[in-house]
Order: sequence, then structure tokens, then C-alpha cells
Amino acid sequence: MPTWFDDHQLAVLAAAMDRVIPDDGVSPGAGGCGAADYVDVLLGAFSFDPPRIFAGGPFSGRAGGEAGFEEWLELGPMEELAWRIRIEGTRGIAEREFNGAVVGLQEQYAAGLPALGDDFAGLDADEQDRRLAEIPMFRALLFGHACEAHYGDPVYGGNRGGAAWSAIGFEGDVQPRGYTDDEVQLP
Amino acid sequence: MTTHDCDAVIIGSGPAGATAADTLTEAGWSVIVVEKGRNHLLSLEAPFGPLGHYSNDELKFTDRHFLGPDPIVEPRTYRRSVDDGDRLMTGHVNSLPSTVGGGGTHADGKLPRFREVDFHLLDALGPIGGTDVANWPLSYGDLEPYYAEAERLVGVAGEETNPFAAWRSGPFPMPPGADMYGAVLSMGAAERAGLHPYRAPTGANSAPYDGRPACNNCGFCGAYGCPIEAKGDPVALLRRALRTGRCEIRPESHVTDIVLAPDRRSTTGVRYLDADRTAREIRAGHVILAAGAFETARILLINDIANSSGLVGRNLMYHFQTMTVGGFPFPLHAHHGRCVTGAHDDHIIGDDAQAAAARDAGLPWVRGGLVEHGGAAMPVLEAKNYGPGAHHGASMRDSSLRDRMWVFTMQGEDLAQPSNRIDLDPSVRDAWGRPAGRVTYAPHAHELVASRHAAPILEAVLRDAGAEWAFSTTSPPAEPADVHPGNPLGMAPASYHIMGTTRMGDDPATSVVGPQSRSWDIENLVVADSSVFATSAGYNPTLTIVALAARACHLLTGTPLAPTTPHR
Repeated sequence: MPTWFDDHQLAVLAAAMDRVIPDDGVSPGAGGCGAADYVDVLLGAFSFDPPRIFAGGPFSGRAGGEAGFEEWLELGPMEELAWRIRIEGTRGIAEREFNGAVVGLQEQYAAGLPALGDDFAGLDADEQDRRLAEIPMFRALLFGHACEAHYGDPVYGGNRGGAAWSAIGFEGDVQPRGYTDDEVQLP
Repeated sequence: MTTHDCDAVIIGSGPAGATAADTLTEAGWSVIVVEKGRNHLLSLEAPFGPLGHYSNDELKFTDRHFLGPDPIVEPRTYRRSVDDGDRLMTGHVNSLPSTVGGGGTHADGKLPRFREVDFHLLDALGPIGGTDVANWPLSYGDLEPYYAEAERLVGVAGEETNPFAAWRSGPFPMPPGADMYGAVLSMGAAERAGLHPYRAPTGANSAPYDGRPACNNCGFCGAYGCPIEAKGDPVALLRRALRTGRCEIRPESHVTDIVLAPDRRSTTGVRYLDADRTAREIRAGHVILAAGAFETARILLINDIANSSGLVGRNLMYHFQTMTVGGFPFPLHAHHGRCVTGAHDDHIIGDDAQAAAARDAGLPWVRGGLVEHGGAAMPVLEAKNYGPGAHHGASMRDSSLRDRMWVFTMQGEDLAQPSNRIDLDPSVRDAWGRPAGRVTYAPHAHELVASRHAAPILEAVLRDAGAEWAFSTTSPPAEPADVHPGNPLGMAPASYHIMGTTRMGDDPATSVVGPQSRSWDIENLVVADSSVFATSAGYNPTLTIVALAARACHLLTGTPLAPTTPHR
């Protein structure tokens, strides 16, 4: 159940994410691993309590210890202000405009997704690439979020099951097990 | 007679403020630590245990500004020179963490000492045109007892194998931890090149220490808070201070005013805005300014105090960083273990070839810096470097910019220049409505010559260690042409080593604080952080910050440590 996008927007976004970091037969594509969900949770972060900005700690539970990443941390007032400006934009609210107007991520996606076209998800890869190339600023935004989603911790919605990490032999959080001295100093 | 809320109010809770809190409470003083950032470090209720907020989470720590400052609410600005107009950029400018524990929470804990010569550089080497090389008003010997105390308090793991190191009154508290595999290779090659590599002193426990566990090599070190308290960050100092019952920490408290007595010769405390932006006041016998060399200068400039010398904010020094990067044909798994386990000092010491390079450039001398033998970034940052498209998965598996990369970082000595400074931006504001700090900084020829001389030597060492390719880059950019928004290392200096903005000296006309780190103008104002550094040396500054803060507070409370002598 998406929190910010509708199902159609989410499908367009997933297709676009799969073009900026595609499945190459060995590594999975970002869209297929939840990169669209990552953006959906980020843009809708304030519909959760606490907002889904900072995952908890100290351990994911994947390497032992009690799993704490899903205990999202409360934001302080200044953190909330920063993230509301980043996500929602200043929107003419005086408290947010101490350095002028900021266009938020919600607005950037609201403009970018329609520019890809309603039919985007059903197009062939070449046509999808062509449309992305026409809006390079939005493609850069998608790519940054694809990288975060695909190679960040799965708790944020992307990198489902750690599939992107598995493809590169990266384990992510290894606390509290850690690595042995030999795993540090030997080839 | 004014009633005080505490004997001292401490502005900032990083290595300097935490040391001040520990030293002052140990001497029986009561302190209130005012910190503008949030508290993720430790519970403020007895027994002051960990909060469990730190984690191995790249997004949280490097993309989402978990340790602060978020550049949206706390922007800074940068320009290379006054010719650039008001600013070249706004946002993140070497923004050390704004959080309880300060810069100590994110550092990977490289904790070398400075050397004897660093404290009398002008006498030893002489001036260089366009710079303001200075002597410190204290010697290495004056500081040695406090260096030893700093190593004990923080917990430093190291060994006495660096032939160039200053004398010591005792051994390191702990032996070094495991060498990173890449460091095994690069230290071997450095030795073959006639250099003198040694295992870097780090604030990561190699054994259980002071109630905290040994580091378990998780790899999320530089830029991350330690989830198991194995790092020598300010947690130990703050916890010790809290346990005395004489220390209170107030996070999310943004100091606006250092309040002066009517004669303007002394301070009566601070005013600050709490988390709800309600104005509050603390009356104190002393104010300890420990906000870091950027924020300390900014607070003084906003208040327009302690500046009869006109030097507040000036002589801003970083380390001029030369990054020599090598690509290996096999994985180095640098995400296992500490971030840096080896170092060498040869480019600080210099040789005939380095002296000749200086002469050829018309300079009497140049000094480089400590070279860190370290590894590469985590995968989100790596992924962003490859650009979008069909190649991306293969590039990540190939991992030329992470798993197969090894990096030398030279922390080049940066000479003081009065024109390199922090002042107040004329129009950019923080979310509290206060002027943002602005950096005006350009390197001197000294830094560039030292960097250009060291780079090919470091590249050759990396090739001998097994690298297929090697190249060097710098932060800030050496050439003005490289100062543009597309530079992957940024326009502004990326270094978090920020020093010198309220330099210490013997003469009130040429320094902001005196030999005991006290303001010349305001008798009960002490500056405890790296603002007071008279030179930057070529060494990471944190241990020297802790030592100077401990010394300033021991002298303030009339409890100086006994002089020391070499232990062998």
C-alpha cells in the first residue's frame, strides 16, 4: 500500500528506476528491488509517527543482537523543520523561508513523473531511456535516490532482501558480530 | 553578589567541551554543557548508558545528516577570495557534527600528537611571505602531561615505532588493533621506498578499556557513531562528568549571547534558545567556549566581543589534503576494520628533494603532513560516482572505487594567512534567524608546493604496493579552474580539521587568547577548542584539542599536572 504515490505513479517510477540502475542479469535492477517504495516512504515520511527519516539502532539483527532498525527515531524540532522543507518545500510558510523559497521533493516528483508519460512503464527500454534523457535534472534526482535505495539498508524500502548487496558481496550491518582480525588483515 | 547557576557554562560538547566538563567537575566545579545539536550519544539519566541510536547505516549518517548539522537549517557559505563576491556556494562547508559529542562522534579517531617543533615553528624555520607563521606561547614539554592525560582519558591504541614522534612520558594505553589488509601492502611498499610507516595511533579500542569494549572491526567508522562504544569519542568524558553529579547537559540549546558584565571585562554567562526557541539564560562564573573553530569564531563575531585584536575569525587553517588514490587488481575489503591503520610522517620531516622543491618555488621551506594509509567509501557513495545506465551493476561488482581502491590522504600543514577567515555572511541565515558563517579561503603556494612534491612519491608507493593505476587530487582544489560545482570533492575544503580562528599568543595585539587559553579581553572567558591553534601542524588535531582543553581547565582550577620527562 503506497503512502504517497498512487499505484500508477509507483509503476512509472519503478520502471524509471530500472533504467537508471538496470538489471543486467547478475545484479538486480533498482526498480525491481523497491527503489520506488524507497521514494514513496521518503516523500510520505511524515505520514508515519515517528517520521521515517532516521532508522533506529543499534543493530539490524542480521548479524545477531536484537533488531532495532525498524524502531524509527523521533525528530527534534529543527530536524523536522529541515526535513519538511526538503520534502514538502517552503510552500510560502514564513517559518520555512528564512533563506527564500525551496522546491520540495514532492513537487519535483509531481512534475517529473508526468513528464515521463503515462505510458512509460509499458515502453521499450530505448524509448524509456530517450524520455529520461529529455529531463536530465529529474533523471539525476532519480539516480541519486536509486543509489540510496539500492545500496542503502533495506529498512528504507529499497535493496529488498539485501539483493543489491549480495551481488557485490557486501553485508551491510555486521554488528554486533563484526569482523575477525584475520578478516581485516588477510587477503 | 550575583547568584550563579553553575561555576562554568560550556558551549559545545565535542572533544573540547567534553574534556572541559570532565576536568572541571573532577576539580569540584559545577558545569552546564550547552549543545545546539541533538543527543544521540548517551542517556542523560543515571547510569548514563548508551541510547542505541548509532548504527551501521550509511543513509542515516552520510545522506541524511543524522549527526547534523543539516545544511538546510544551518547553512554555511564559501568563497575562495573577496573577488568572488558575497559567496560561491551555500550549504555544507566542512560542517563538523552538531550533536552531543560533536566532531568526536563521527571521527575515526586518528589521534597523533604534534611534535616539539610545531610549537615554535617561526623560531625554527622562519617566516614565509604572505603567511603569518607563529610560535605558540607554550612548548611541547608544557603540553606533554596533558597529551598523556588525553591519551588515557580517550583511550588511544598505538605503538612507539614512529622514528619521528615527539618524546613521551609513558607508553600508549593500548597496543594497536588489526592492520587493514591494504595497509599491510601500502606500509610494506612505503618501507621499500625508504619511508618510515608506523601503525597509526587511533581512538578505537584494541582491548576492553575504561568499561567500553574492544572494537570488533565492523567497518562503519569514519562518519559514523560507534554502536558499541568502542571508539574514543567524547562518551567516556561526558559520562565521567555526569557521574560526578556536577554536570548537566542541555542539548538542542542554541547559544545566542555571551552576556557581559557592565564593564565589558567579564562575562556573567550565556543566553540561548531552547528546542522550542524559548530564550533562556544561564548565569555562570566562567564561560568555556568549545564550539569548534568555526562556530566559536561565529559566536564571538555575532556578539562582537573578545576581538580587540581584530583577529577573531582570521588565520583560519585547515589541512591541505592530498588524496592519492590507487586501483588494485584484487579486492582489499577496506570496509573491514578501522578506516585508517597506517601512517607515515616523512613529508612533514622533509628531505633534500623536498627542500629543493621549496627553493625552486621561491619558498624558504615547505612541510607536508601525516599520510594516512586508508580505505575507501561505502557503497551508496560509490554508486553515485558511476553515473546512471546499463554499466552500473558491472561497475559496482568491479568496484574500482571501493573494494579495489586504496587511498593515501596527506594532511598537509596549512600556514596561517590573515585573509583566510570566517566572518558573517551578509544575507544567508540559519533557521534561528542568525547570520550564517562564511569561509573565505585559498591555499598559499606553500601548501601547493608540498602537495605537488609528495603526490608522485605517493603514487609510486601505491604502484609498488600493487596498484594498476594511481592518481592524486586535492581538497580544496589546487587550481582556481577546478573550483566549480561539478568537482566531486567540492569547491570548499573538505577537511574537518578546522583551526586557528582565535589564535593563542603572548601579545594581546597579535592574538585573541593568552598562553592559558583565556581571552585577553574578557577575563573569565576560556576558549578550549582548536580555535586557539597558532599553527596547524601536519597532524590530525583532535588529541591536541583534548590536551589543550584539559590544560586550560587544569590551570583555571589551579590544579596543574606535574611536569613530565621522557620514559625512555
